[in-house]
Parts: sequence; C-alpha cells; structure tokens
Amino acid sequence: MKTFSMGGVHPADNKISCDAAIENFPIPQTAYISMSQHLGAPAEPIVAVGDKVKVGQLIANASGFISAPVHSSVSGTVKSIETVKDIAGNPCKAVVITVEGDEWSDTIDRSEDIVREIKLDSKQIVERIKECGVVGLGGATFPTCVKLSPPPGKKAEFLIINGAECEPYLTSDYRVLVEMPEQVLIGASIMMKALNVSKGFIGIEENKPKAIEILNGYAAQYPDIKVVPLKKKYPQGGEKQLIDAVVGRKVPSMGLPIDTGAVVQNVGTALAVYEAVQKNKPLFEGILTVTGECSNQQKNFRHRVGTPISAIIEATGGMPENAAKVISGGPMMGKAVSNLDAPTLKGSSSVLFLTSEQTKRQEEYNCIRCAKCVNACPMGLEPYLLSKLSRAQRWDDAEANRIFDCIECGCCSFTCPSYIPLLDSIRYGKGQVMKIMRSRPKK
Amino acid sequence: MKQLLVSPSPHVHGKENTRNLMRDVIIALLPAVAVSIYYFGISAITLLLVGIVSCILVEYLIQRFLFKGKSTIGDCSAVVTGILLALNLPPAAPWWIMVIGSIVAIGVAKMTFGGLGQNIFNPALVGRVFLLVSFPVIMTDWTAPASLFGASLDATSGATPLALVKEALANGETVREVFANDPSLSYSQLLFARIGSAGEISAIALLIGFVYLLARKVIKPHITLSIWGTVIVFSGILWLCNPDQFTDPVFNLLTGGMLLGSIFMATDYVTSPMSTKGMVIFGIGIGVITILIREFGSYPEGISFAILIMNAVVPLINMYVKPKRFAKEAK
Repeated sequence: MKTFSMGGVHPADNKISCDAAIENFPIPQTAYISMSQHLGAPAEPIVAVGDKVKVGQLIANASGFISAPVHSSVSGTVKSIETVKDIAGNPCKAVVITVEGDEWSDTIDRSEDIVREIKLDSKQIVERIKECGVVGLGGATFPTCVKLSPPPGKKAEFLIINGAECEPYLTSDYRVLVEMPEQVLIGASIMMKALNVSKGFIGIEENKPKAIEILNGYAAQYPDIKVVPLKKKYPQGGEKQLIDAVVGRKVPSMGLPIDTGAVVQNVGTALAVYEAVQKNKPLFEGILTVTGECSNQQKNFRHRVGTPISAIIEATGGMPENAAKVISGGPMMGKAVSNLDAPTLKGSSSVLFLTSEQTKRQEEYNCIRCAKCVNACPMGLEPYLLSKLSRAQRWDDAEANRIFDCIECGCCSFTCPSYIPLLDSIRYGKGQVMKIMRSRPKK
Repeated sequence: MKQLLVSPSPHVHGKENTRNLMRDVIIALLPAVAVSIYYFGISAITLLLVGIVSCILVEYLIQRFLFKGKSTIGDCSAVVTGILLALNLPPAAPWWIMVIGSIVAIGVAKMTFGGLGQNIFNPALVGRVFLLVSFPVIMTDWTAPASLFGASLDATSGATPLALVKEALANGETVREVFANDPSLSYSQLLFARIGSAGEISAIALLIGFVYLLARKVIKPHITLSIWGTVIVFSGILWLCNPDQFTDPVFNLLTGGMLLGSIFMATDYVTSPMSTKGMVIFGIGIGVITILIREFGSYPEGISFAILIMNAVVPLINMYVKPKRFAKEAK
C-alpha cells in the first residue's frame, strides 16, 4: 500500500458521519456572500443595493490574476454591500441578499442527467472554470484555473485527484465519491483535457473501501484514471505528500507541484469543475459535514455559500451541550470559529464540534528531547528546534533550518508528549522568515 | 452566551505524555528488576526502594525549595533514574551509598541544569560513575547470583566476567585458558545469570525490556543496534587478530553493562541525539569507546564512561547532523 516517505501521525479517524447521505440544506432567509472566498485579492462587487439577482448570477468580478469571481447562491434582492466578520472575526466585504424564492439563472443545466461528452477544448475549459469561480476545495481555495495553466516552461505530466481526506471526522469528499463518482471522474477527465495529459490518478485512503470499490467499478469507462489506494496516515492528503505517495516524486523546497509534473486537485474541486463545464453551473454550493461525537446530528449537507454557520447549527439541534470548540475544517488543520454568525464559503468543508476534553490544551512541560516531533514531521524538519529558534526570534538560524518548508500540518504539536504547542511558534516564525525572504532583492 | 474555545490548529492531541512514556520504561525494566529480586532478595529490594524514594525526594526538595516551582515528580522520570541507579550497583552495596548516588544523580546531574530535559549527562550514569570513583571497593564487591530468595546475603562474592578476564590477562594467562578454566563464562550462563550489578546479570530479562520498548515505540532501535554492531565489528577484528589477548564479540555483548547501558541508558531521550543519523553516530561512538576501555584501559568495563563521553558530544551532533529532509533545495 502506497504512502508518503517520511513522518506522519495516526489520529483516530472518527468518520462518524460517513453514512449520512448528502442532503440539501434549506436556503437561508438572508445570504451573506463574502468577497474573500479564495486565496488572493477579494472579488469586486458588480451589483448595487436593490438589484434583483438570480441563483448563479455573477455578482462580483475577480480583481487580479490570483482571484476568483463570485456568484449569487440565492435569488432575491441585494440588501446591502457591507463589511461582515468571517469565522475568525476578521472583517471582509460581503454582498447581503434577502432571499425571495429560488429562481435559477437560465443558463444553468439543472437536469439530473450525467453529461459525459466533453465538448469544450482545452482553452475553453480553463476559461469556463475561471468564469464559474471554481477554486480548490481542499482547504487552500487556490483558483483552479491558475493551477490548470502551468507557467511557461513547465509541463504537466499527470493529474492527481486528492481523495485522501486524511483529516479525521471529515466525510464530505467521501460522500461525493460514493454518491457522485462518475461526476468526479468526468471532472477529472475535463481537467486532464485542459492540461493535455493522458494520465490521471485518484488517491484514496484505505479507510474508505467503499469509495475505492465504487471507483474501481468505473475502470473500464475511464481507463486513463487509476485509483490508487493509500495507507491511512496523516497528512496523506497534503499536496506534497500525496504526490510522493502516488508517483514517488518529491516537490523541491520552495517549489510547486508542477515541478514534478503533477497537478493536484481535490475531489470536491473535480465535482465543481464537472458542474461548471458540463452543466454551466458556477461554484455557489458546497458539501459540508456537520459532526463531532457531541454533535446532536451527523450530517452531510449541500449548502448555499453565504449560509450563516449559526443557521446550520440551529438546524441540527442547536449548539451541543458540551461542545467547547467549533471548528471549520478538520481537527488537524481547520480553523476555530469565534464568530458563529459568519457565513459559509466555497471552501467550507465542515462544522465540527469538539468537547473540552477532546480539544482543551494541556499545561505545557519541559521538552524531553524525545525526537517524536522530528520523527513525525512529514517534511523532515526538526520542529523542536524551529520552535525554539522562533521563540528566540533567531530568524537566520530558522531559515538555515528550513522553516519555510513547514506545511503546518500539526503533526509535531499532535505528537508532543510534553504538550508543547510547537506549531504555534513555528507558524509565527515561518511568517517572519518568509517576509524577510520576500523582501530580499531578486537575483 | 456560551463561551467557545479558540486556538490555532491542531485542535486535537495524540494523548501521549511524558508520564506514560516513563511508565513504559519502568515496565520495560520490570523483568530485570524481577531477576535481581529473585537472585538477591532483600538486598535488591532495599536498593530499589531506597533508590526510588531518594531520587523522588531529592527532586521534590530541590524543585520545591530551591527552584520554588511546581513539583515535577509527577512525570515519573525520577523513578526511572532511581531504578536504573539501583540496577547499576553491586547487589550487596549498603543502602546509604544509594542515597549519595541519588543526590549526585538527581541533584547534580539533573537539577543543576534545570530539571528534566535540560541535563547533558544521563543522571543515573553520573551517579554510578561518581560512586565508582569515590567508593571503588564497595562498587566492585560483587555477589554471585547463585542463591535463591532470602539467602543472598551469605552468598559468595566473585569477580565479574570482564574483571576476571582482565585480571587473568594481567597474570599472564591467555583468554583461551581463562575460558577453559572457568565454567561461569559459558554463553548460557552469561545469557541467563552471571555475576554483575543487580540489573545487568540477566541478558534475557534486558532483551525482553528492549523488545517491549520497541513494540511500544518508546525508543527507536538505532542507538542500541549501532552500539551492538560496532562492538561486534570492532571487538571481532581485535579477536580475529589475536584471540589470546582479546575476548570474542559475543562475550563482549553479553558482559558488563553492555545490554543495560545500550538498551536503557544510551537511549535516554534527553541525552541522545534527535535525528536517526545522529543516533547511529552516537551509537558507533559508544561502541568504539567501550571496547577501547575494555581492551586497552585499566577499568574492566567502560560503557558508562563511553555513554557519558558521547553525551557530551550530543549537542554538537544535533547541530551538524540533520534529518533527511523531504525536499531538495530548489535549484
């Protein structure tokens, strides 16, 4: 069984919501559609207060190369364009729409039929993906069209679909694989056509045997896409780790996946690409898991972007009694939610409730130099040292010890027997070192 | 309004902690403890109890009254030091020597540097070597493990296998003659029980502990195996060159503190390197120095010194020997 070559940890996978079929979450009364749903510059609104909008209508344009347009997820009247707070309480611009009915844009194909024939050519595909505001749904929300247009001189050799879903609890990708396997495979084929490559892989961790089985059933129809079962180990779904696991190539330090000939896209992204290219449906919905041992319900929802998280919590029986932390994303890399009124985004993958016992940080003890963090680091770094150097603000030494290679997966903090929050200080140090590196004159 | 916790990721922890790791080390030491109690009875129990209690007490008092900090004895590392020190002493050693050893081990070797995780040298070994140079007679008064429970105090004394060979060599005998004359030097005797410190007498018991530590992933095998490999290769070369003058590799592996040291002392987290490459270098160093002392030095046994010498090199190893990085530097 394939896996990445070094480090990693084995958190309990706790996929308790894996059997909950995807349900449509009710459309909210008011949608708060954020302009910052992707990596890069916020989108620029093109609607005015009082405008009537339909579902799927463009409401904001991309404002740079690394940016993405935003479409309305609901139909109704634009109530205001104001600053709202995101899950962490940071301000972001949003278009607020009062919902009236559910009237979709005419150009969207709402039929259930699976469209298999890919009519657009490579250029048109990338253009359509760009217009539809598709971004990577694996966590970073990097605009997909940029990834599908390798820089001059670089050539993609293959596409890897990331179905590892190595984060504990999350089951949205799994449900997509089980319920819409063909759409994902068509989405992958579309991206392969856009990249002009003939080889595709889809990496899935072994704890999802049903997904592996279902996809293998399509092997004859999609012979170019190979299902690769992967060992259950975190962070299997990290981009660099996945490329290493699937094809055994390593992304160089400070390099991009394309340097190994790989383009990696998430399962959710493949579905969004399918819908954009074959159904002309912009990205305004997402699949989101509501879970946690203490959660009142275990659900997988298709939500309209802009639905307040509080509405989702309300609909699933309210805030669980002993929930101490609400996380957007997985427990290893997700973000703690401090503002429950924040709206969902394109990349929202979960609302995870953890109890105090599961998540409360323990008192920190002396480092006993057990080297468990060194063994757990999937990038071959020395977290104990990077943490110490960051705390001492020794940026030169931190750079010499390659703090910039850190992927912030959290394996070091997870494994530390002295409960030292290593990643907290490494993350800070990495930010400082990257700032220094960027400020240097280019050779 | 309900208050929510907010902190950066990761939001969960592997639930492994220092105390559990120390508990595993203690469990791994139990076979050796059992063997020492079986052969030396009350005197072994006394040494162990005095060792554990005095180590805990020294740490508690220093932490409480000198550092004026929260007690750290809960992490159980003092218990490990106490057991290791007791297992390192001759079984007939008086109880007060154990107290002195504990004060040196915990007080000098550990707490002076700031407590667990800060010390450069392995505390138990510092304690043992301090006692060895301060009380050479007591520290080399070995009771033979011939007797059963309770009768040990009347047991005969003798020399450890390593000392036996060293003495014979000094008297002009050859290694072959020593082995032919002394049935206690047979491999089976060495494997199960022979003369030595309370904890080192049974190779089997120590090996069981080693397997447990590996199975529980408390330690990596690199340090221990590289010590053994180096000892086999280095002493093997010497033995092949002159079997009359030098002892064979298996004898070297099974005698003295080799197993106790390579399994439980050299692998001490705090005083061993962080990277696997570093661990191998560390192990090779220990193996070479041990054999040098055994074959050419004036002490019959040298692994304690070898580990302490290599402890001093660990910061240097950590600085220059880096783990294998995932990614190559971009061109």
